[in-house]
Amino acid sequence: MQAARASAAARLADMGLPGRRDEYWRWTNPAPLLAEAVPEAEAFRVDTPIFSDLPKVRLVFTDGVYDAAASDDPKLAGVEVARLADAPEWAAGFYGSLEASGQSPVRRPFAALNTARASDGVMLRVTGKAARPLHISYRQSSNTSEAILHHCVMLEDGAELTLLETGTAAARANLVLEVEVGAGARFHHIRPQGRSYGHRLVSAIFARVGAGALFKSFTLSMNGRLTRNEAMIEIVGDNAVAHIAGAALGDGADGEFHHDDTVFVTHGAEGGESRQVFKKVLRHGATGIFQGKILVRPGAQKTDGYQISQALMLDDLCQFLAKPELEIYADDVKCSHGSTTGAIDETALFYLRSRGVPREEAVALLVLSFLADAIDEIDDAAIAAEILARLQEWLARHRG
Amino acid sequence: MMGEQEVREGVDRETVETVQGMGSYKYGWSTEIEMDYAPKGISEDIVRLISSKNGEPEWMLDWRLAAYRRWVELEEPRWAMLRYPEIDYQDQFYYAKPKSMAGKPKSLDEVDPKLLATYAKLGIPLKEQMVLAGVEGAEGVAADARRVAVDAVFDSVSVGTTFKAELAKAGVIFCSISEAIREHPELVKKYLGSVVPQSDNFFATLNSAVFSDGSFVYIPPGTRCPMELSTYFRINAENTGQFERTLIIADKGAYVSYLEGCTAPKRDIAQLHAAVVEIVILEDAEVKYSTVQNWYPGDENGLGGIYNFVTKRADCRGDRAKVMWTQVETGSAITWKYPSCILRGNESQGEFYSIAIANNFQQADTGTKMIHLGQGTRSRIVSKGISAGHAQNTYRGQVSMHPRAKNSRNYTQCDSLLIGDKCGAHTVPYIEVKNHSSRVEHEATTSKVDDDQLFYCRARGIGEEAAVALVVNGFCKDVLQALPMEFAMEAQALVAISLEGSVG
Repeated sequence: MQAARASAAARLADMGLPGRRDEYWRWTNPAPLLAEAVPEAEAFRVDTPIFSDLPKVRLVFTDGVYDAAASDDPKLAGVEVARLADAPEWAAGFYGSLEASGQSPVRRPFAALNTARASDGVMLRVTGKAARPLHISYRQSSNTSEAILHHCVMLEDGAELTLLETGTAAARANLVLEVEVGAGARFHHIRPQGRSYGHRLVSAIFARVGAGALFKSFTLSMNGRLTRNEAMIEIVGDNAVAHIAGAALGDGADGEFHHDDTVFVTHGAEGGESRQVFKKVLRHGATGIFQGKILVRPGAQKTDGYQISQALMLDDLCQFLAKPELEIYADDVKCSHGSTTGAIDETALFYLRSRGVPREEAVALLVLSFLADAIDEIDDAAIAAEILARLQEWLARHRG
Repeated sequence: MMGEQEVREGVDRETVETVQGMGSYKYGWSTEIEMDYAPKGISEDIVRLISSKNGEPEWMLDWRLAAYRRWVELEEPRWAMLRYPEIDYQDQFYYAKPKSMAGKPKSLDEVDPKLLATYAKLGIPLKEQMVLAGVEGAEGVAADARRVAVDAVFDSVSVGTTFKAELAKAGVIFCSISEAIREHPELVKKYLGSVVPQSDNFFATLNSAVFSDGSFVYIPPGTRCPMELSTYFRINAENTGQFERTLIIADKGAYVSYLEGCTAPKRDIAQLHAAVVEIVILEDAEVKYSTVQNWYPGDENGLGGIYNFVTKRADCRGDRAKVMWTQVETGSAITWKYPSCILRGNESQGEFYSIAIANNFQQADTGTKMIHLGQGTRSRIVSKGISAGHAQNTYRGQVSMHPRAKNSRNYTQCDSLLIGDKCGAHTVPYIEVKNHSSRVEHEATTSKVDDDQLFYCRARGIGEEAAVALVVNGFCKDVLQALPMEFAMEAQALVAISLEGSVG
């Protein structure tokens, strides 16, 4: 483990910290994520409980430290659970390996920093079908807390796990999740990122998806002064499926909202299917960013790659900045991307209003229908319903 | 189905090799002509020399020197998806002029017959009664309707400009930029560098320092240019870069359609071409700018070819100004080119239609920028990229909606087609939307030549290469339709030629 940390520190020293001149930081200023003193963010103490009715094993991290008293007994059939500090042998070899390979072609300095300095995290080895979802629940109690957490998930061939990751980890957090999805394994990841208004977050998912395996990750972001969610997903086995989706709703009236999704999907094997579905609803000066890429390596024939990024701007001060990229080195592929930006469709609004739907309700309906494609990426109906409820709460809070 | 397998399954290998070895570049010959060169390399002295050769006033020299001093401090951009050996800027000539041009011929009749023969061979009409030759099908059209005025640029100088007198009757100024600097300094001073500033980017700054010639167009208010204007660029000299500068001004309510063509001889050593095109469009004016770029692309092993670094930009300064860029990029070993539109006037419009074909070892990184500043501005981008052989083809574009560009609209469609499994097709769009009443839509697809369509053609007795050309022409049709007629036909033929040897 020490070796992994040392080599990450060397990587970081080699690449340096990011600045505005870096191609993938042109729209997001990394300075607040790097500032010596953690910028203050008021802890949000009244977050509505989520997934409370769902059978699950909950592991709680408060201000970036594992909170055994608040957590469930970490015993789950089909899954071996350990903390970073007690990392078993498999984790010692795995820790930082996907982060390291994910540094090319674009450097990810915050992830290297995380591997070098992470203070805690969960190591999960999934050997079969997990009996229940595993739930990593973050809590922020201090206004100036900082968390650097690093989780590793190894799904052996044919294994299955649903990982829930909820809440705000700290006033400022740097989260890394490394996931190896073995042949035929299935991994579902659902991540509502909490309601705290002032927090700053940089997160990175590194995933390697094996033959015939399934990887699905969905993130819901509501609030957060600065959020940078990166995902580096590589399809390494034939006929694998990787979907990544995000719904972000930001209202500048609650405080600054700057939300950045930076996604890099690599097809390195034949017959892979990937989807990137990102939707942003922006209000009162909120900023949304999407930087997405589909890279198809030579030989990754029969690839089906799809990417959509859309912003719905509810007023005139918002901005949406997008760079949807394709980089294709194989000819027998089907790849496409689309990106649209615009206001609420006045015709649809008129249709609803002329049928007696009050304006605010009509807007809420149209926002939900705009987000539907992203929500549809959640396979589990009960989980999707909870996410939908969260969205409706947000819309109810942000009328007028 | 395009790769080696097809050959192994019994297609006559010899045939395939013959096709591959054909060398389809039609314009690869060179003209034996005595040239005057400036000493090799670039320095302040060379900049002064070029300026004095052009008989320029002091202010122009100062402008060039300021650009040169800036250029020395700049670094060559490396963000494009292009790989090429380092360019030695001191190992080439920046000025090459046919000796026979020393005495400034007063009319085309006095021009060296060798030069005239060169353009005749290229199919470029330098006689005013001729129609644009070398285009099949153009003969049937009434000669009067097909008249095109030509400014012919040979290496560093303009050889001649046709129809000048007739255009002058309409108030249109069409001449070489060196002549415009002497004859119309007030217009040049006012507009040169106003769209592409001297220090815009590395290559534009280099051009600002050493540009030797190019074309100048001024269309007075309310004037519809009575014929199409065109410039034909020919690189002939070895080890010589071509740095031309084009300045087009469409005054209020004016209209002009401008065509640009270019070719170069086959040489094993790559040659540099760094041009700047500036277009100023005032209220209610419209400019159509069409390019068929057919510089020597290098051979099938990637040897030689033109390195083409071009800055083209149109500034729609007035309300309801309109610009349309259409480009067919089939040549050059390296293409770095992003014709852009600054939509400053309210309700101004920018359009960009592009076909970029890269075969063998060609690399193209091309696209456009649509900068929406005015209210109710509209832009459309249609880009078709085709990659074959070992080529890399990148669409790079930017659409930017500024906060005050309310109620604006952009639609972008970029499609890529891959022929063979050794090439690459890439899309790098930047979309920046800073107001909510604007709509921006971007779509991109990447696919291969459709098997069903190919099968349909093959089953009807059409050969594989012809079938691919047909399918590709269909793929490009949105852009081909935007071209002026004679260019459209040339482009269609070029599409087929550029892809020769890419099948099998």
